[in-house]
Amino acid sequence: MRAIINYLNSLLLWELVKGLGLTGRYLLDRKITIQYPEEKTPQSPRFRGLHALRRYPNGEERCIACKLCEAVCPAVAITIESEARADGTRRTTRYDIDLTKCIFCGFCEESCPVDSIVETRHYEYHGEARGDLLMTKEKLLKHGELHEERIAADRAREAPYR
Amino acid sequence: MSEELVNIEVDGVPMKARKGAMIIEATDAADIYIPRFCYHEKLSVAANCRMCLVQVEKMAKPAPACATPVMEGMKIYTKSPAARDAQKSTMEFLLINHPLDCPICDQGGECELQDLAMGYGASVSRYTEGKRVVQDKNIGPLIQTDMTRCIHCTRCVRFGEEIAGLRELGATGRGEYMQIGTYVEKAVRSELSGNVIDLCPVGALTSKPFRYTARAWELRAKPSIAPHDCVGSNIEIHVKGQKVKRVVPRENESVNEVWISDRDRYSYEALNSPARLLAPMVKDHGQWREVDWDTAIRATAESLRTLLRESGPGHLAGLASPSSTVEELYLFQKLLRGLGVNNIDHRLRQGDFRDQERAPLYPSLGQSFADLEQQQAVLLIGSDVRREQPLINHRLRKAALRGAGLLVINPVDFDFNWPARERLVVAPGLMIAALAGVARALAEAAGDGDAVARLHDARVEEVHRRIAGQLKGAARSALLLGNIAAAHPDGSILRSLAQLVARLSGSTLGYLSDGANGAGAWLAGALPHRGPAGQHTADVGMDGLAALRKRIRAYILMGVDPALDTWDGYAAGIAMQRAGFVVGIGSFRSDLLDSHAHVLLPMAAFAETPGTYVNAQGDWQGFEAAVAPPGEARPAWRILRVLGDALGIPGFSYMQCSEVRDELRSMVADRGPENVADLPAGTLIYKAPPSGVERVTTVSMYSTDALARHAPALQAASGADVRVRVSPGHAASHGLTDGARVRVVQGEAKAEAILAVDARVPDTCVLIDAVGPLHMLGPSFGPIKVERA
Repeated sequence: MRAIINYLNSLLLWELVKGLGLTGRYLLDRKITIQYPEEKTPQSPRFRGLHALRRYPNGEERCIACKLCEAVCPAVAITIESEARADGTRRTTRYDIDLTKCIFCGFCEESCPVDSIVETRHYEYHGEARGDLLMTKEKLLKHGELHEERIAADRAREAPYR
Repeated sequence: MSEELVNIEVDGVPMKARKGAMIIEATDAADIYIPRFCYHEKLSVAANCRMCLVQVEKMAKPAPACATPVMEGMKIYTKSPAARDAQKSTMEFLLINHPLDCPICDQGGECELQDLAMGYGASVSRYTEGKRVVQDKNIGPLIQTDMTRCIHCTRCVRFGEEIAGLRELGATGRGEYMQIGTYVEKAVRSELSGNVIDLCPVGALTSKPFRYTARAWELRAKPSIAPHDCVGSNIEIHVKGQKVKRVVPRENESVNEVWISDRDRYSYEALNSPARLLAPMVKDHGQWREVDWDTAIRATAESLRTLLRESGPGHLAGLASPSSTVEELYLFQKLLRGLGVNNIDHRLRQGDFRDQERAPLYPSLGQSFADLEQQQAVLLIGSDVRREQPLINHRLRKAALRGAGLLVINPVDFDFNWPARERLVVAPGLMIAALAGVARALAEAAGDGDAVARLHDARVEEVHRRIAGQLKGAARSALLLGNIAAAHPDGSILRSLAQLVARLSGSTLGYLSDGANGAGAWLAGALPHRGPAGQHTADVGMDGLAALRKRIRAYILMGVDPALDTWDGYAAGIAMQRAGFVVGIGSFRSDLLDSHAHVLLPMAAFAETPGTYVNAQGDWQGFEAAVAPPGEARPAWRILRVLGDALGIPGFSYMQCSEVRDELRSMVADRGPENVADLPAGTLIYKAPPSGVERVTTVSMYSTDALARHAPALQAASGADVRVRVSPGHAASHGLTDGARVRVVQGEAKAEAILAVDARVPDTCVLIDAVGPLHMLGPSFGPIKVERA
């Protein structure tokens, strides 16, 4: 019986028809290939891209140099030095993230008690020299200023789930 | 303390505990942890934090483990539901008012409250009312306060009363309104104040210089020994990267218990001072030029060879800081003796060297620090022990609290934090007469005709008899010769008399030496008359003072600022100016060396070099380097090793610092000092006291050595403005007023300063706290004139 079915299958090119059917289905289906960089995939507000340091609306930097992100970082990519600023507050004098070490796990963001260090949706960056991928405090703050609106909107949207 | 034991049961485990001990002592000994905040083994029991509540069978309510004595058959449950409930409730109360600012709190990561909140705290607070906020107090440049964080354990208050002996911090208000602070806003002035930082279980009291610079988990702790006094406090150096971030005490019951002085705690700041010498420098036509090590060593060796060829070894002297390590001092003397030079000394603040041949192997306490607590009478001669050796003072204070009679013969009425039973404040010249009076009183009482004959010109006064009676009457008594006695211009007579008094009264004689390693320096042979391990030398060189007063042509200085570290700063200044060749091996730049030295070799400071210190009870305490020296600086033992090689002196092929120590250690073997030696034959003659006004010099607590002088927080805390102090009587008779500008004249040396009227000073004395420009004034003791500027 099995021999007969096998014979009929090969005689009637059933597998060919099956394969062409799949081809046909995808031919008529909705296309998912994206023409990057002209087109882009949709992103989750939880996307973990390039880091940024945020400021409060009054312009004061949020980071208080508690160093929890540095402590939690599994790749040891964060280096912080701190001091008492002239006004007596605790501030960083250095905040470096080595992107060549970073694994984008997002622990830094989760550990931050003041929502200062965040991972933004921005992922399109490159470095031409080794140092380019070392994010300093200035670069991180600047990046934060550039994307603050988006960052704030994303945090607000995700707040109920955090 | 009774050693009777009782049987108790903790968490179902039967054990024995000392009768009368508190539950928490028994459980701590058995390694059963009970949470606590206010209990501290060195402080009295307050039982006010209620964190250590445990369940005790047959007690209706949970009992505080720190204030409940054990009793026969007591059954204690530390982890039962009832105990846990009580502890958790306490924690909830504590957290009502404690701020949630752990991320910016320096205590975060090493906080007892934080740790215990993890175990006993709830994750959500039921308290919705406003939290208490307390104004921060400014209590000086060493301690930062954040009083909102205070949980009122009162450890700091009890420390002040029981250990520091100064009621500086206290609690005002009650309940919700209770606040800890100084009653009147002021800086705390205890020399042990930094210890409240370690005691504070939360972040209410933290270190001000350390503020916000590192986290507890980033620091690596390196064991070391404090480099300032002859106690040799055990410390931990906390290091981040290659920077020393702070210093905390390391427990050693036989040395510093759990405390350290502020000087030991904050002097690390000097390591990052901008005054550090970072590269070898050679003076070239009056201009300093940075050179590499090879050039500097070659230039030094070349100049030394030329000098020795032209003028002979008598024209070279080596002066080393008494806070150098044993290894450094041993190599230093080996180098100079290899060149045929015996003019070696570390006793830079000593004023009299006549009895050096009879001196013991090394200056020691003659007893352990712990023994000091057990003394029933202690005679302190020429010592501001509270500022010179704060932790020896702490032991003396403990002895006084136990009822010991502390007796003082001093040129200034220092404010000790213990009551002195007899207090003899006389001009330096009269200190000898006073001690001779005590000796004669003892000799007369003992019927020692020989001793009485030798003291024939001593007058016995009533107070001398009382002191003698105290010493003789005590089952255990001691004499301590302090730094002022060592600096005394007739120190040898003081020492002889002290030996006589010790022998006549059966007391132990102890020397408190200057610097961290006075004992080690004697053992290493950094002396003109003795080689390493007390070996006899064929020639006797010039002592530290003579070497500066004689006009000789060259000096090698190790860790010494000649103006600030010597007995006669004026002579030292002149000597440097006239010398043809001065090599300064040091960690810091100094004005005098900048203008008069010819070669400066940067040396690793404390915490950057391995080494050994020998303390006053004779412990050899070794330590490793905690960080690398900055710039081109090298450990001094390496510099001396290379210099020895360059000069072709044999026996300088050490590879490890420990080899140097082992070499010396085997020479010393197990010989100890014999403090009460035989007195020289003949009458003990003492000079008639000078009739004029005498200078008294005390080295202020924070200018003892280069490290302390370059630590900004200590300098701010010392509040030392340059002042010349005279008694109210002296001021009145000379028409001087407090705050007036005066000219101080000592021989050729002159200086201007502000006058302070100070009742602690005897009428015929002028007290100079050796700070700043007054260092250059001349001999530390001797005739002086103060006139209106």
